[in-house]
Amino acid sequence: MITIGERAPSFVLPDTEGVVHSPGEAPATVVLFTCNHCPYALAWHERTVDVARDYADLGVRVLAINSNDAERYPRDSPEAMRVRVQRGEFDGVPYLRDESQQVARDYDAKTTPDVFVLDANSLLRYRGAPDGDYEDPAQRAVFLRDALDAVLDGRDPDPAETPPIGCSIKWRT
Amino acid sequence: MHVELLFWEGCPSHPQALAELRTTMVELGLDPAEVIVREISTEDEARRERFVGSPTIRVNGTDVRPPAPDEPWALTCRVYYRRDGRVSPTPDPQDLRDALRAARLDSAS
Repeated sequence: MITIGERAPSFVLPDTEGVVHSPGEAPATVVLFTCNHCPYALAWHERTVDVARDYADLGVRVLAINSNDAERYPRDSPEAMRVRVQRGEFDGVPYLRDESQQVARDYDAKTTPDVFVLDANSLLRYRGAPDGDYEDPAQRAVFLRDALDAVLDGRDPDPAETPPIGCSIKWRT
Repeated sequence: MHVELLFWEGCPSHPQALAELRTTMVELGLDPAEVIVREISTEDEARRERFVGSPTIRVNGTDVRPPAPDEPWALTCRVYYRRDGRVSPTPDPQDLRDALRAARLDSAS
């Protein structure tokens, strides 16, 4: 488990086209654990993609990761991930497959979604929900935006943590 | 009338679903204490109960939002769509009202 201020684990994961991605080399990186078939992840999805779009010019990277067990949950298969990307649902945000679930373990990811904001030195600066209400699009992922604004501004995000809300990560048995 | 809510503990939406169901039952003059709440905790149970996800609400054995025929049984959160198109972890309250009203009419006739 990583705590606020600690260095976040690095990783190398493939996207739906097989291109590998790692966090870092950016003023901030958002590592977002998500999946294809969780109502909370889906409800928050557009808001998080909007963040990626709005902060791209500032150099912020957003990496979406699906760590769910695709054998027991076929809707989280790499093929289903590819379909969503090809439909334009990720608008350029890399959607990575964590087949071994090791990255989810390393981050101690709990739910989908579960948001981790890393600074330029890969230190964890925020962890939790995108905002306070999955039902309200007007919230615009404000927790995540505020955390990014703080990191980019050299401040500490406040709050630095919020409880992640969503479906449990689907671990292999 | 037989109203039941089936849930899986790994999904956090069932307390909200139960509250919405009870509120709707009160609105319709039904006794909210009559809801039978049952936990589905194994894949075998999910298969036996034809449980496609949590929460599942049935009135007289019929799902208030019947799943697609090919929807797999699973210990997972269920994805609902509200009538305005929004994704939701719980069914649209109007679907609850319609199902409960229909069951009440059936029992009256």
